[in-house]
Amino acid sequence: MEVVALSLRVSGTALLVSTVIGIPIGAFLGLRRFVGRPFVMALLYTAMGFPPVVVGLLVYLLLSRNGPLGQIESAWIPRLFTPEAMILAQSVIAVPLVAGFTMAAVLGVDPQLQQQIKSLGATPWQEMATTLSEARVGVIIAIVAALGRIAAEVGAVMLVGGNIDGRTRVLTTAVVLETRKGNFELAIALGIILIGIAFVVNTTMLILQRQVSK
Amino acid sequence: MSEPLYELRQVEKAYHGRSVLHIDELAVYPGEILALVGPSGVGKSTLLRLLNFLEPPTKGTIMFRGQVFNGQQEVPLAERRRVTTVFQRPFLLNRSVKANVAYGLHLRGNRDSREQVADVLARVGLQDQAQQRARTLSGGEAQRVALARAMILQPDVLLLDEPTANLDPYNVGMIEEIVRQMNATQAMTMVLVTHNIFQAKRLAHRVALLLNGRVVETAPTDTFFNQPGDPRTAAFVRGDMVY
Ligand SMILES: Nc1ncnc2c1ncn2[C@@H]1O[C@H](COP(=O)(O)OP(=O)(O)O)[C@@H](O)[C@H]1O
Ligand SMILES: [Mg+2]
Repeated sequence: MEVVALSLRVSGTALLVSTVIGIPIGAFLGLRRFVGRPFVMALLYTAMGFPPVVVGLLVYLLLSRNGPLGQIESAWIPRLFTPEAMILAQSVIAVPLVAGFTMAAVLGVDPQLQQQIKSLGATPWQEMATTLSEARVGVIIAIVAALGRIAAEVGAVMLVGGNIDGRTRVLTTAVVLETRKGNFELAIALGIILIGIAFVVNTTMLILQRQVSK
Repeated sequence: MSEPLYELRQVEKAYHGRSVLHIDELAVYPGEILALVGPSGVGKSTLLRLLNFLEPPTKGTIMFRGQVFNGQQEVPLAERRRVTTVFQRPFLLNRSVKANVAYGLHLRGNRDSREQVADVLARVGLQDQAQQRARTLSGGEAQRVALARAMILQPDVLLLDEPTANLDPYNVGMIEEIVRQMNATQAMTMVLVTHNIFQAKRLAHRVALLLNGRVVETAPTDTFFNQPGDPRTAAFVRGDMVY
């Protein structure tokens, strides 16, 4: 069951990190016009479709002994084959998703409504906060989509985590391992837990979404 | 007359190099209702956006309360907050009616607005709808909420951009009455854009005709309608303006 706990911890933390980083990026891109914005938007859409396993590879190379970050001793830079490395990889996967969907939601808010908000005396920050609140259904979808992607993700956590028993084994990598070993019953049981978690999370989000969109 | 509240000089607004507004001179006096009339697309809404400091002018200066602003410098928040606009569409937030009405006060850090909200809602006849979701209101009710949301701020200047277009006579009458009262009791300065010349006649102290981004004539309401100085004003008032 520590596998379940670790899964929740890794994906939960990664989701938190990517929400905190991704929503402001998405809001900024959706609201502010600046030189090079189309280029940044194109980059973001590309990053949204990036194969997770490639992100895993990049993070692996970055953190490995000979990689650019592998040499640096810092509490902020995780080591390979630790849960923190897996959190980093999943965050890198999730940030573009959160930012991209948030941007789309913010772009969907009527520009004339934004003008009205400003006319009522909003500062640029207040304007951004109100616009996000108007786009809240889309922002929730952004978070759900990101969670769906990272919770189901195998390749990246396998690469940077190493699927070490009791240390970096999570539900998805455990399913892979047990299937390989021929323990189909255990694999199926783990799979059902995975689906169950997804169901609970999505149901909660749906209820939340209905509350806020009323 | 007293010192003007606004004074525009050589104000020009261009979008993508195309000039849509060119105002040599225009003054708005404290406490007056100035109506801006003119056909569609002549720059009335653009002028209101400049007066609300939502956009800077491309050229020229806007004097507001003795301070001169051109397109370069940022207008201080405190000055910008003395002005607000009610647009043709109500643009309510997807929240309750009372949250919409309290919104501007919250932006200003005023959290305890319950009494004020109840007060303005009563003035627009919506005291029983405070808890209702704003998106479930009828068109006329929504516009009255938009008016209440502006009123509660007690702005120095209230800009109205065709606030009653598409409303039924009952709501038009109600909104006109509230506007008239606010102007009379609080000496609130108002600039009213309308393409209904009868509304201008009913509410305004002065009327200005805009054509192709330029002010053709500004005159006291009575003069504007009865002894217009410009033949184009006469044509517009008669209702046979060709455009
Ligand atoms: N944001 C904008 N970008 C480009 N053109 C605009 C913009 N806003 C207004 N215009 C143009 O400016 C002219 C005046 O528009 P507007 O002020 O809305 O007129 P009115 O309110 O009198 O109908 C129109 O030709 C309109 O197309
Ligand atoms: Mg207009």
